[in-house]
Amino acid sequence: MRGFRSLAVPNPADLCFGRAPNPLKTRQGLLIGGGTVYPELNFTLPPMLVESANMPAIAQQYRQIIAGALARAIELEAPGLIVEFETLPPMTEHPEWAVEITRILADAMEDAHARQGLRSSLRLTPNDTREFVRPPVMRSGHYWDEMLRTFDEGAGAGAELLSIESVGGKEIHDEALTACDMPAAIFALCVLGVRDMQFLWTHLQRIAESRSVFCAGDTACGFGNTAMVMAEQKMIPRVFAAVVRAISAVRSLVAFECGAVGPGKDCGYENPILKAITGYPMAMEGKTAACAHLSPVGNIAAAAADAWSNESVQNVRLLGGMAPTCYLEQLVYDCRLMNQALADGPDAVRMMQRWMVNSDAPLDPQAFVLSPSVCIAIAQAIVDAPDYYLAGKAAALVAVRLLREASLAGRLKISQREQPWLDMIQDSVEGLPGSESEFIVRMLSTLDPGKFLPAEYGL
Amino acid sequence: MADLQSITAAIIKGNRADAAKFTKQAIDESVQPREILNAMVSAMDEVGRRFQCCEVFVPEMLLASRAMKESMALLEPLLTKAGIKPAFTAVIGTVEGDLHDIGKNLVAMMWKGANFGVVDLSTNVTPARFVAAVKEHGASVVGLSALLTTTMPKMKDTVEALRQQTAGNVKVVIGGAPVTQEFADQIGADGFAPDAASAVAVVRQLMRT
Repeated sequence: MRGFRSLAVPNPADLCFGRAPNPLKTRQGLLIGGGTVYPELNFTLPPMLVESANMPAIAQQYRQIIAGALARAIELEAPGLIVEFETLPPMTEHPEWAVEITRILADAMEDAHARQGLRSSLRLTPNDTREFVRPPVMRSGHYWDEMLRTFDEGAGAGAELLSIESVGGKEIHDEALTACDMPAAIFALCVLGVRDMQFLWTHLQRIAESRSVFCAGDTACGFGNTAMVMAEQKMIPRVFAAVVRAISAVRSLVAFECGAVGPGKDCGYENPILKAITGYPMAMEGKTAACAHLSPVGNIAAAAADAWSNESVQNVRLLGGMAPTCYLEQLVYDCRLMNQALADGPDAVRMMQRWMVNSDAPLDPQAFVLSPSVCIAIAQAIVDAPDYYLAGKAAALVAVRLLREASLAGRLKISQREQPWLDMIQDSVEGLPGSESEFIVRMLSTLDPGKFLPAEYGL
Repeated sequence: MADLQSITAAIIKGNRADAAKFTKQAIDESVQPREILNAMVSAMDEVGRRFQCCEVFVPEMLLASRAMKESMALLEPLLTKAGIKPAFTAVIGTVEGDLHDIGKNLVAMMWKGANFGVVDLSTNVTPARFVAAVKEHGASVVGLSALLTTTMPKMKDTVEALRQQTAGNVKVVIGGAPVTQEFADQIGADGFAPDAASAVAVVRQLMRT
C-alpha cells in the first residue's frame, strides 16, 4: 500500500503555516488548512491516581478545564479551537471513563458553539495500551479490544478527530536509541512500525466511517520524540535524533495511506514531511509546548502548522490562572500572529516562515531537518522509494547528506563530538542490504527474540 | 605482566576483546580477584563521570558496560570461590501503571557496573511485587522510576508498602523526568537521582550512612 507517489507540496515556500492543499472541514465549520491557524489545547490531570473512586473528582477537573478554556477562547475572540483529550492509560483500559470525559468536553464545546458561536472540534487520543504486555501482543487481546472500544464509543460521545501515539516497533526502537543503532531503528520504524500502522489504521478507519468522524493521524512520538528528549538530556547525539526524525515520517505516513485526513497530531514533528507528501493539514507544537517538554524546535515547528498546540499541561494553578487557560491564551496569541501574516498576504507569510525557520535551523540538526527545503527533499526520497524499508534508508541518507553539507557550509552548528556520528550513521545505513527481505532475515537473526513477536507484525 | 590499568582502559574504551584479554592475563598471573574487580568498577565510575561531563553518550556507556560484562564472565568464578559478592542487592523497576524504562535500564546498567547486585523487575511493577522482591533477594536498596505525573503517586504507595511490610532498613531511591528531590522528601524516599550516573553515587552515600 504505497499510496503517495508524488508530492502535494513540492515547493518549500508553499510548505507554510495555515494552508494545506487538502484542508479539512469539521462539523462546526473549522476549515483546518484553509487559511487560518487554529489553537489546539491539550491538557492533563495534576498528580492524582486514575481509579474508580477518583472518577467524580477527575470528571470535575475536566469540567473545570474545558469551562476555563472555552471562556477564555471566547473572550479572546479565537477564530476557532481544537481541543485534544489525550486519555491516561487507566481510561483506555476502562473505556467508560474515557467516554464520560469525552462527553463532558464535547457537550461543553457544543454549548459554547450554540450560545457564543465558538466553533471547535474535539480530538480523542486513546493510549496504545498494547505495550502493557511485554513482548507486546499487537493484534488481539484485552488491551486491543478495549483500545478500539475507546475509539468507537468516544467517537459516539462527540470526538470528531481520532488520533493515537501508536507503539508498534517501539520495543525494538528503545534499545536502538540507547545503542544508537540505526539499522535497528530502521527495522523498528520501517518494517515493524509500518506493518502495525497498516493493521491499526485500517481498523480505525472503519470506526471513523461508521461514526462519521475523521481519522486524523498518528505520530512517531515514542520514537522520534523519545530520541529528541534523549538528545536534549545529552544521552544520544542530536544528529542521530535528527536522522530518526526523518525516518519516522515513513511510519507516520501509513496512517494517511489508510485514510487519515489530518490534522496530523501535534507531537509528530515529522508532520511537515507528511504535509509535503499528502497535502493534509497538520497540528504542530513548539515553544508553547515547553510546559510538557523542552525542545530545540520551538519556532521552526510552527513554520508548516495548521493547528498550533501546547502538547499537554497539567491542570494546576499558576499566577495567571489555571494552567490550561493560561496556555490556551498563549496559543491564541501565537495563532493571531500567524493569522495576521496570512491576512497580509503571501509575502508576509513567507517572511514570517523565514523567521521561524532561520531562527532555529542553524542551531540544531533536529531543527535543520524541519526546514521546508529539507522536509521536501526527505519527502521526495520517501515517495520515490519502492517500499517502506528503502524509503527509510533513503530518508536517512538524504538527512545525513543535507546535515553534512550544511555543517560544512557553516549553515548548521554540529559539535565536534557529534561530527563522527554522521559518518557512522551513513556507513551503517549504506551497509544495509538492498532488499527488505534480506534486511528482515539479517535483523531477525541479530535481535533479541524475547523482545517482540514477529507474528504480531505479520512476519 | 598483568596491568590492571589496561583492564580499566579497555572497559572505558568499550573494547570487549581487550577487556577479556587483559582480565584473563591478570587471572592467569594470580592477581587478587578483588583487585581485578576494583579495576573494572573504576572503569565504570570513570565512564559515569565522563557521561555527566558530556564527554560520552549513552551508546559509549553501553559499550563499556558490555566490555565489563565480558571481563566479569571470566572473573565471576573466582569471585564466587573467594566468597566475594556484591556488598548489597538493589531491586529496581518502573512503578505501577508506567511503562517507561530507558532511564531505569541505564540506572540498572550503572549499578551493575558499580558491582551492586541488581534485580530488575522491568515496568508496571506493583508495590506488592517490589515488597516480594526485596524479601526474596534480601535487597537493601530499591530504585523506583516514573515518567508520568499520574504514576508518581505510585512511588508514594510503594515507599509506604516497603516501610510497612519489610523488616530491614531498605533505602529507596527515586528518579524520572517529573521527579524531584522535593517529591522524594515528601514521600519519605531516602534519595533522588537526577540521572543514571549520579544514581551510583546516591546509593553509595546512602549505604555508607
